[in-house]
Amino acid sequence: MLNKFVQQGRSERRGDAYSGRYVEPLSKARTPLASLFSILLVVVGMFLFSGPSWTIAADGPVATPPTSPLEQALTQVTSEDESVREAAIRLLIEQGDASLIPRLEDIRANADRSIRMALKPLMDLLKNRAKLTSHSTDDRRAAATDLGSSGNPSVIPWLEAAWANEPNKWVRYTMEESVALIRLTSDDPSIKAAAAKKLGELGSQNAVPLMKQLVEAGAGTEATESQKTVAKAAVAAIDRIETWAVWSNVIETFFRGASLSSVLLIMSLGLAIVFGLMGVINMAHGELMMVGAYATFVTQQCFAAWFSSDVFDWYFPAAFPVSFLVAAVFGWVLEATVIRFLYGRPLETMLATWGVSLVLMQAARVYFGDLTAVIAPGPLRGGAQVMIGVYLPYNRIFIIALSIVCVLGIYFTLFKSNLGLRVRAVTQNRNMSACLGIPTRKVDSYTFAFGSGLAGIAGWALTMVGNVDPGLGQNYIVDAFMVVVTGGVGKLAGTIVASLGIGGLNKLIEPYSGAVYGKVVILVLVILFLQWRPSGLFAMKGRDAD
Amino acid sequence: MSDGTTNSNRGIGLGFWVVGGILLVAMPLLNILPPEDSWLHLSDFSLNRFGKFLAYGILALGLDLIWGYTGILSLGQGVFFGLGAYCMGMHMMLTIGKESVYGSDLPDFMVWNQFKELPLFWYPFYSFPVAIIGAVLVPMLFALVFGFFAFRSRIKGVYFAIITQALALAAWLVFNRNDTKLGGTNGLTDFKQVLGYRLSEPRTQLGLYILTVLCLGGAYLLCSWIIRSRAGRVLIAVRDSEKRVVFSGYTPATYKLFVFVVAAALAGLAGMLYAPQVGIITPAQIGVLPSLEMVIWVAVGGRGSLAGAVLGALSVNYGRSVLTNYFPGLWPFILGGLFVLVVLLFPDGLVGMIRKGKSLLSQRKTGEEKAAVLEGKR
Repeated sequence: MLNKFVQQGRSERRGDAYSGRYVEPLSKARTPLASLFSILLVVVGMFLFSGPSWTIAADGPVATPPTSPLEQALTQVTSEDESVREAAIRLLIEQGDASLIPRLEDIRANADRSIRMALKPLMDLLKNRAKLTSHSTDDRRAAATDLGSSGNPSVIPWLEAAWANEPNKWVRYTMEESVALIRLTSDDPSIKAAAAKKLGELGSQNAVPLMKQLVEAGAGTEATESQKTVAKAAVAAIDRIETWAVWSNVIETFFRGASLSSVLLIMSLGLAIVFGLMGVINMAHGELMMVGAYATFVTQQCFAAWFSSDVFDWYFPAAFPVSFLVAAVFGWVLEATVIRFLYGRPLETMLATWGVSLVLMQAARVYFGDLTAVIAPGPLRGGAQVMIGVYLPYNRIFIIALSIVCVLGIYFTLFKSNLGLRVRAVTQNRNMSACLGIPTRKVDSYTFAFGSGLAGIAGWALTMVGNVDPGLGQNYIVDAFMVVVTGGVGKLAGTIVASLGIGGLNKLIEPYSGAVYGKVVILVLVILFLQWRPSGLFAMKGRDAD
Repeated sequence: MSDGTTNSNRGIGLGFWVVGGILLVAMPLLNILPPEDSWLHLSDFSLNRFGKFLAYGILALGLDLIWGYTGILSLGQGVFFGLGAYCMGMHMMLTIGKESVYGSDLPDFMVWNQFKELPLFWYPFYSFPVAIIGAVLVPMLFALVFGFFAFRSRIKGVYFAIITQALALAAWLVFNRNDTKLGGTNGLTDFKQVLGYRLSEPRTQLGLYILTVLCLGGAYLLCSWIIRSRAGRVLIAVRDSEKRVVFSGYTPATYKLFVFVVAAALAGLAGMLYAPQVGIITPAQIGVLPSLEMVIWVAVGGRGSLAGAVLGALSVNYGRSVLTNYFPGLWPFILGGLFVLVVLLFPDGLVGMIRKGKSLLSQRKTGEEKAAVLEGKR
């Protein structure tokens, strides 16, 4: 136990940032120690010097003599005598040789329940230690977090050693945090106070409950002087963490709002184009999204069945045109069989398309069952940490980017292409366009198919943030309608601004009111907004606008 | 209004009294008089189910008034229905008293949710008159406020439909919450009595059935009176061309608000009668889908015809209860198909089909007569 505190004290004195190399206190600490510890330290030192490939180096001196303390400990862990067993386990933890895991597994497999229980923490620590040098950043980070929450001081040198070789700054951050968290439970008040200060600088949310306990301990009447100094440091640290948390919260709220807005935007774009052109609210729009999502799912299944697993991730880009085309075909058929007979009767169209949506939903339920999920392709898993406490998942970033791409694509289609010119002409004055020789029927049917294809793309993107289920379209569709109503008809900008507004407001209100009342508040706001602008943000101007 | 004038007016004719007589006298008699094994016998269950459908018919009348006659599609009628039903349900929850599962004065769900005392807004519902007046008045007030803002800013057509649908969604979300203190997802259930009459007694259910028929008759008379009044003509004019109504010097918003509130009152009344007959009211009965189904009742029956609305409510719900029994997975297909078919092929619903059939018959008759005349000439 002694050497650990020596190390702790020294590394603490060296400064908070662990700027020096770790090996220095180890070599100095060797002299005053008992022979047992010196053997251990040689081993520890060896793998520390050899860097990431320590496991290979550690094999040499450990495996050969059967009488080494390590071997002895390995036999002792199964001992009937609890104190012997515990001492052996402690020794193995301090040793921290992950190459022993297979042997320990063997021991564990043959041991009875109480020994298995006793070995469990040891195994966890060793496994996490091995994971500290894993190739996956997430694994390394998770291991560092787990080691930190173990609260075992023996792991501090492991973390510090790994820290020195760690290329990723967020994993280094987690390692520092874990070390400080363990030190916070130390017996020495000065180490405690320093750890609290460190955690404050790191802005560690995980440390807050523990530090609050320290503050309480320091606030009691019979608190000792040292407890009070620790409490003071903890209060300062909590203050700092909370200020930091406010800022990171603001950023995260902003990001969540942007992400919801993008989902709404992608969904509303198709809806708004069709509404603007034909005055038709397509209640089956959500189900066309569902069709796109299922198209993605089917593409994934095909890739899994027909191609090797190396190219599996390519199913997702491949599903992009598939989902667009499948949804567009569905929309084209819907227009040709139902909607074309109902022009000029928007309310009837709503009801009929709702009927279609019921049929599509039930068909999906019958055919696919209730739970089907799309596995996110590798590059979209995980997320990026941009600052302490702010973690932005890649799938959300992807959706934000996609919404921008969609807006640009629609802009070019509507304003730069021949079809777009016709669509705009028919939207503005159907009769006049017909007189000028534009085939309005064809324009309607192409536009409807295009809008449905956009719904398919929305479905494709939504597979990244949720399950694929028959109710997929229903979750957001009412919000999408609200976006269209608020945005007004005929202008792309209205849809963009309205989805940004509704999505942003939603996430802004949610923390205060909860998700449910947030929706109610949005509804009330939309109604009040329509008092001011009855036909939406960017309404068509003119006498005939009705 | 004396019988002479009503009979002379288009709207309430012989049919009303015949159907009324069948519903009010014949059905209960078929329930009471024939022995249970006779084929004439109408079981308690069937009568009760029919009473539920008739309650839906009251709601359909209101919806027809607003959609069929005024041309405003409200996709939020379920909310008003729910408000009425919950008012009644709260009263019945409070009359359970110590009979509840937990033997507490509080309703069961409050015991689960560890409420210590009754929330304040529950207290007025100890009184029966407050409950039944509230069941109509609360939806009316709500519709008044909502409609005022909606119609004032000239929200109409698709916009109004979407806003009311959002309202239905919001109401469904709010009623689902436990902190609304209305029973959450489970709603209100396990009612025992109304005014001392046990709900489990067939005679109580018979009484409720007769009450529902009377209310339906009253609602029918009210609606047909509204339609035939000057205000009713304005409503129809709003449907056909709102702009011309404005240019003629009327304020459509006032008329629309009026009819919206009446429709809400009828929906509340329907909910009030529904709750004791069915014995449960949950948020699932007031959400987006139920509200849309209500619209399809009217569409199937034939909008713009009061009799059609009632007929639609009865036939769709009967069809539903039979079909979900035999083919549970098929019902959404049928309902969805109904939406499409009715809108595409039978815009006037069942009533329209009947009329068409009649006119075809009469055409053929006149054709035959003409032919006979022609032949006579030869």
